[in-house]
Amino acid sequence: MRTQALIIGGGVVGTGIARDLALRGVESLVVEKDDINAGASGTNHGLLHSGGRYVATDPGAARECHEENEILKKMAPHCIEDTGGLFVAVEGDDETYAADFPQRCSKCGIPCQWLDPQEAREMEPALSTKVIASYLVNDASVDPFKISLENIAQAQDLGADLLCHTAVTGFERENNRIKTVRLINTNTGKETLVEAEQVINAAGAWVKEVAALAGIDIEMLYSKGTLLVTGHRVTERVVNRLRSPGDGDILVPGGTVSLLGTTSIRIDSLDRIRPKIEEVDLVVDEGSKMIPALKGLRYIRSYAGVRPLLKMDSGLDDRSVSRGFILLDHTEDGLENFATVPSGKLTTYRYMAEKTADLVCERLGVDAPCLTRTEPLPSTPSGMWTEPALGPKRWMRENHDDPLLCECELLPKSSIESIVNTIHEHKGDLSLKAMGLRSRVGKGACQGTFCGKRISAFLQETGQMKGAESLDDLRAFLQERWRGERPVLWHSQIMQAELKEALYCGSFDLETHGDKGLLICDC
Amino acid sequence: MKPQKGAKITECQLAIIGCGLSGMAAALFAAEQGISTVQIGVSGGMIFASGLMDLMGVHPVETGNKWRDPWAAIDALGRDIPDHPYARLKKTVLRESMEKVVAFLGDEGLPYLKDHENNSEMITSLGTSKYTYYVPQTMWEGVKALRERVPCLILGFDGLNDFSASQIAGTLGDQWPGLRWHNLQFSNNGNGAGLVSGDIMARDMEVSGNLDRLVSEVRPHLKDAEGVGIPAILGMERSHEIVGELSREWGTRVFEIPTMPVSVPGLRINEAFARGLSAKGVKLFFPNRIIKWEQDENGEFLLGTGRNRPDKWIRAKGVILATGRFWARGLRADRDKIRETLFDLPVSQPGKRKEWHRREFLDLKGHPANRAGLEVDDLFRPVAKGGKPAFDNLFACGSILAHQDWMRMKCGSGLAMGTALAAVDAFSSFALK
Repeated sequence: MRTQALIIGGGVVGTGIARDLALRGVESLVVEKDDINAGASGTNHGLLHSGGRYVATDPGAARECHEENEILKKMAPHCIEDTGGLFVAVEGDDETYAADFPQRCSKCGIPCQWLDPQEAREMEPALSTKVIASYLVNDASVDPFKISLENIAQAQDLGADLLCHTAVTGFERENNRIKTVRLINTNTGKETLVEAEQVINAAGAWVKEVAALAGIDIEMLYSKGTLLVTGHRVTERVVNRLRSPGDGDILVPGGTVSLLGTTSIRIDSLDRIRPKIEEVDLVVDEGSKMIPALKGLRYIRSYAGVRPLLKMDSGLDDRSVSRGFILLDHTEDGLENFATVPSGKLTTYRYMAEKTADLVCERLGVDAPCLTRTEPLPSTPSGMWTEPALGPKRWMRENHDDPLLCECELLPKSSIESIVNTIHEHKGDLSLKAMGLRSRVGKGACQGTFCGKRISAFLQETGQMKGAESLDDLRAFLQERWRGERPVLWHSQIMQAELKEALYCGSFDLETHGDKGLLICDC
Repeated sequence: MKPQKGAKITECQLAIIGCGLSGMAAALFAAEQGISTVQIGVSGGMIFASGLMDLMGVHPVETGNKWRDPWAAIDALGRDIPDHPYARLKKTVLRESMEKVVAFLGDEGLPYLKDHENNSEMITSLGTSKYTYYVPQTMWEGVKALRERVPCLILGFDGLNDFSASQIAGTLGDQWPGLRWHNLQFSNNGNGAGLVSGDIMARDMEVSGNLDRLVSEVRPHLKDAEGVGIPAILGMERSHEIVGELSREWGTRVFEIPTMPVSVPGLRINEAFARGLSAKGVKLFFPNRIIKWEQDENGEFLLGTGRNRPDKWIRAKGVILATGRFWARGLRADRDKIRETLFDLPVSQPGKRKEWHRREFLDLKGHPANRAGLEVDDLFRPVAKGGKPAFDNLFACGSILAHQDWMRMKCGSGLAMGTALAAVDAFSSFALK
């Protein structure tokens, strides 16, 4: 295989680079070791920052956020709900920080409007009565799944390729260039070689591992963030805590639910990241200082993601490490055609992709300008199903002869078929988990209790999965949902979990199915 | 809050709170003992019941070992987990409780069968199988078909989404070569969603025209099948007869297979109890929740039911609490603690929420939160601090009891019925004093 640009990583950055290059006529191959958005791109807050959060600690990043916020709202409106945002301080918060806020925003070019706390509470009745300062900003809610899916859809349309479940195992160098990249399919074990003119390391939290294969050491920090999903949407706008960035500071609307987060916990290993009970409790306790109702309401699930951060020698805590964009071009490391995108923010992914594509084009001798500031991101079927409540809207409008496979999110059989097609287009692995990355399957209140079994049956019925395989997949899916449910199993969610276990264990005995356990007979 | 002057108070000897299997069994036993009984509850739990009655299936849970002989399993359990309610229950009481319930259901048109004193293996709608004790007669041929691996046709219905004949055949197929499947288009209703619920199909099946249609539509697909498995939607009231008719028409064995909720066999049991308990003089307050309770100076319980304020009162000499666990709202989990929702009785539980559930959903050891619940004395009375009963005349039975994991042990129905009889007997002996 050959390609002009081999992009390692299928998150917003990797897919964004593929799209940018494709619009400049450059061919690329995206290789992703797991699935689209399986990393930080699928476990973030869904916040399109106004930049207000960074005005005190990282004005450069704040400005970048603001600019990209405006661009993305114009270029990808179907991936964004322009909710607006509030910054609110409560009794006990640093009043100087609050007082300095508007000026700091203004220095970064970030629009910020003072609000009387009473007025803020009228706009958002869920706010605490203890709010002492409030400001209106241009935060918005963004769907990162959709962004990646639409990025790669247009890129593929223009000739790019995507291989999921494909990991890089090594680089073959010739002089100052990477000549060949060794790939392995993580499902089949099949190895392939790709000759690439340019190699881009956009592997997010795994950039260090990938760079190491090229003999390059990049010092990274990993910071874990835990978030919770509420049962219903709590506020219209994004609500931020007006203080130096801390835990449980932000509540972001996500369609029909709200996302509450987050934490910043240094971790050493990227393996088996899961949200912990203490983290969940911390986030709820902190968040409820801004919005008291957060203490008592239903959380459907929790999740955790990893922020990869480039280590700088400043000795600051992880929240102070710059989130601004740095591109490593590796010429100092002796490689001419390798580049790494080590860290950044969801909000500025397009800018990161632009700068990276600029470098790649320069190295390729391609003289084409970046078009992503002005070319809108098209809306395609593969990005359709991630939108919350899309299922219900379409179902209400359209033909009803299409049986519902997911009742929480109202996804009929035809939508499941469409999602399966998208997985095939991505050379992905057909599984319930893969469906979850491309849609709302398993994300509703029942957390897969009913839809898991139905979709599993559908895949088997249509010959796409064999019997034993489909039960294993169902087990894996239930376990995946459990990781997020376990920390929030109180009130309604523990009831839901009991129902799920009563069905899968009490009725189906799924836990002992297979080789587990002997049959004891008194012979 | 006391009942207003002139408010109607229903007097009884025994009030049973909860109308799952345990509550209904308790009401049956009390009525048959001539105890004047009132039952209060929010019905609906039985729609989740498969219709199968588990006695004891898996022990120790962490091994996944299944037992052919549930009574031997109970002996082993009693040695290993002395706090399990089964260890506090006489085997004669357990046996008698199940026999009484099965006899009652048989009288109500829902006969049950078992294999002597052994567990039987039954097909599930996931294509797995499970060990159970009492099986509805309409499902019994399925036990035999599974055991003998006779060639069978599994039927599904388009629109009955939670039952996939192909999934059953696909999962069992490796060990059962003669298994085939076929989906029928059967929905009469033209329900826009294309979704049909089991109970609606069941009532459709009681209309003879529909049954004839089923017979003729299936016939060409029978071929060499010696058995036909069908989701459990063969009527609400005449299921036993319908299975017989189909069997005759097709010349094959016919058996129902339990479905996901809404479970028609569960609804059948529910209706049978409602009818039968009423006929036996039990006063049924369904659907009602107790919102206020008090003890008067004689120690009798005054229970108020209604929406926000109690509008009906019941005075009882004794109360049996059979309110179930989290799903049924007998227990509630706050972020830090598990509570019993009506009397705020002490709940035996792991110390911290992080100990409630293991990291793997299907961990064979099960989840400690599922063993939380009420600890009881020898008279099945929930205990307070110090081991004394919280109330002399308050008893508890069923899944709300601590130290059992019915979902993993497969002991739910036996637990429900056995402890119900023990609680009723305990009340009896208390009332006689």
